[in-house]
Amino acid sequence: MSFLSYLLKGVSLGSVYAIIALGYTMVYGIAKMLNFAHGDVIMVGGYAAFTCSMTRGMAPLPSILIAMVVCTVLGIVIETIAYRPLLEAASPLAVLITAIGVSYFLQNIVLIIFGSNPKSFQSLVKIPGLKLADGALTISGETIVTILSCLIIMLILTQFISRTRMGQAMLAVSEDKGAAQLMGINVNSTIALTFAIGSGLAAIAGVLLCSAYPSLSPYTGAMPGIKAFVAAVFGGIGSIPGAFLGGILLGVIEILAKGYISTQLSDAIVFGVLIIVLLVRPTGLLGKRIQEKV
Amino acid sequence: MKNMKKALCIASAAAMAVMLVPAQAFAGEGAFHIGMIGPLTGGAAIYGSAVANAAQIAVDEINEAGGIAGFQVEYNPQDDEHDAEKSVNAYNALKDWGMQLLLGTVTSAPCIAVEAEAAADNMFLLTPSGTAVDCITAGDNAFRVCFSDPAQGTEAARYIGEHDLAQKVGVLYDSSDVYSSGIYATFRAEAQSQGFEIVADTSFTSDSKTDFSAQLQTLMDSGCDLVFIPFYYNEASIVLKQASDMGFETQWFGVDGIDGILSVEGFDTSLAENVMLLTPFVPTAEDEATQAFVAKYQESYGDVPNQFAADAYDGVYIIKQAIEQAGVTPDMDASEICDAVKVAMTEIEFSGITGDITWTADGEPTKDPIAVVIHNGIYEMM
Repeated sequence: MSFLSYLLKGVSLGSVYAIIALGYTMVYGIAKMLNFAHGDVIMVGGYAAFTCSMTRGMAPLPSILIAMVVCTVLGIVIETIAYRPLLEAASPLAVLITAIGVSYFLQNIVLIIFGSNPKSFQSLVKIPGLKLADGALTISGETIVTILSCLIIMLILTQFISRTRMGQAMLAVSEDKGAAQLMGINVNSTIALTFAIGSGLAAIAGVLLCSAYPSLSPYTGAMPGIKAFVAAVFGGIGSIPGAFLGGILLGVIEILAKGYISTQLSDAIVFGVLIIVLLVRPTGLLGKRIQEKV
Repeated sequence: MKNMKKALCIASAAAMAVMLVPAQAFAGEGAFHIGMIGPLTGGAAIYGSAVANAAQIAVDEINEAGGIAGFQVEYNPQDDEHDAEKSVNAYNALKDWGMQLLLGTVTSAPCIAVEAEAAADNMFLLTPSGTAVDCITAGDNAFRVCFSDPAQGTEAARYIGEHDLAQKVGVLYDSSDVYSSGIYATFRAEAQSQGFEIVADTSFTSDSKTDFSAQLQTLMDSGCDLVFIPFYYNEASIVLKQASDMGFETQWFGVDGIDGILSVEGFDTSLAENVMLLTPFVPTAEDEATQAFVAKYQESYGDVPNQFAADAYDGVYIIKQAIEQAGVTPDMDASEICDAVKVAMTEIEFSGITGDITWTADGEPTKDPIAVVIHNGIYEMM
């Protein structure tokens, strides 16, 4: 029974990693760049929802929608100002370092606006949790909503990419930017759209992260962001189902390691498993194997 | 000619008056320079700002009442963001400003770094709230107002044992934090001579302090009837929420780091119902000094002062009493003042809003702890 209970807790932690990892993997899969500021866009989404729902007393749904609009605009602005000028000019490393800069910039802007005192986020998920086996096992409402959101987002994203013209354009850009441009695809606006979608997802992830773990500070997004990045690599970065699988597995491994081995070594064990997986499958669990032609 | 002379006289008198005025207004050389270092921004800002604000109140009161031994006090708070390196930078900036005595630093890790510098300079250091042992061990120049970590752990174990609060105790602590693990080490040692047993010890690190569900499950399975939580209120607010979500009901027992949990914006204070903690200061205490301080703090900063504020308020008055005992004057340099004041510290018997305190030569305070329990969102003495 306690194993099952740890397992469920692992799934609920993993679902939060998964929903953050979806945004990472989406942007990487199409724009081929690591947006290390993703965790901080999540934090901004959390603050936007906090301001709407706690400070202004709005209902949960409009708060989430406003947070999504704020993050989407933020994502497009970041892409246009910070990343686009570097995409063609310099090496991928320059964009990566800029992303780290954007991450610190967002943290400090929020620090100035909202101050450093952590805020306690009241959950926007109003559905009650499930109690199984006479209350020995509990699944919180937040976990149910997070997993459902992950599944719905995955479904919409995969359909969007395979069925719509914009989605096809994204695929083309991810395969070969130069060729896509020659075929008449506007590469810049396609990448901007990718960022817009990724950042909109970040707002949802931010609301769910803060609902599950109710402390909101300017550094809230940093550590979950890194863990979710690991989850995305674990599942195969660029693969949307991979991000979900990687997130859930990472959460389960972390909680089981804490429950049965050591609370102090849990992170070491998580990253140890990651190293083993990458040694065996260098592109991650569900990553595409790319054959290099000699 | 006569008129000319008169005019000159008036002019020179006026010039002298102009020269004299600033000298009196700013007290120039004749003021004690007290520096303060703490996190005014960053994750621990709630502590640093409390110390800075309360010390300001105490300094204003002293200056209004005629200063320390007739000399005014100049006070300069500096931000260190709870970062050791920035704290040392702030210390150097204060030295350039002419600091003679240091009230600070507020948090443990930066305090250890600054004390290393202050000991080398022989600068008097009084930390209101640096609880780690090493905050005051680098030299005999350093003292503290609060209990040290080991003292808190020992006092907590003794309190639980003597009041028979539990038979089986579980522990959750932050193994990456010197404050939390230091308290736990002495708690564990003292527990052996008390009538309870530690049935589970779990920990987390600063890198994984959002999800405590595995630790809480372990504690719940261990059947403990009290959980000792020697860490800060920010993590505690998440722990209490998650425990409540999974239906884990137990007696929580914290130390001074939990103080502040009630002022977290948006925190549902009913989660903290019945939480016990050891703290040196209760804002609802009914003595006149506490009431006056709380009223003044609320009027100036709109908040009920926490124990860090109380430690700092007392800290300024401790410095005042020690200076008067030592008989030093502002024209002496920091090292001379330190030599005299550190002897005076072991002689004074201080009585303030955090209790009656005396000091040993190694800088540790001797006083009684106060236990409080949270009811309906306020502290009540036990």
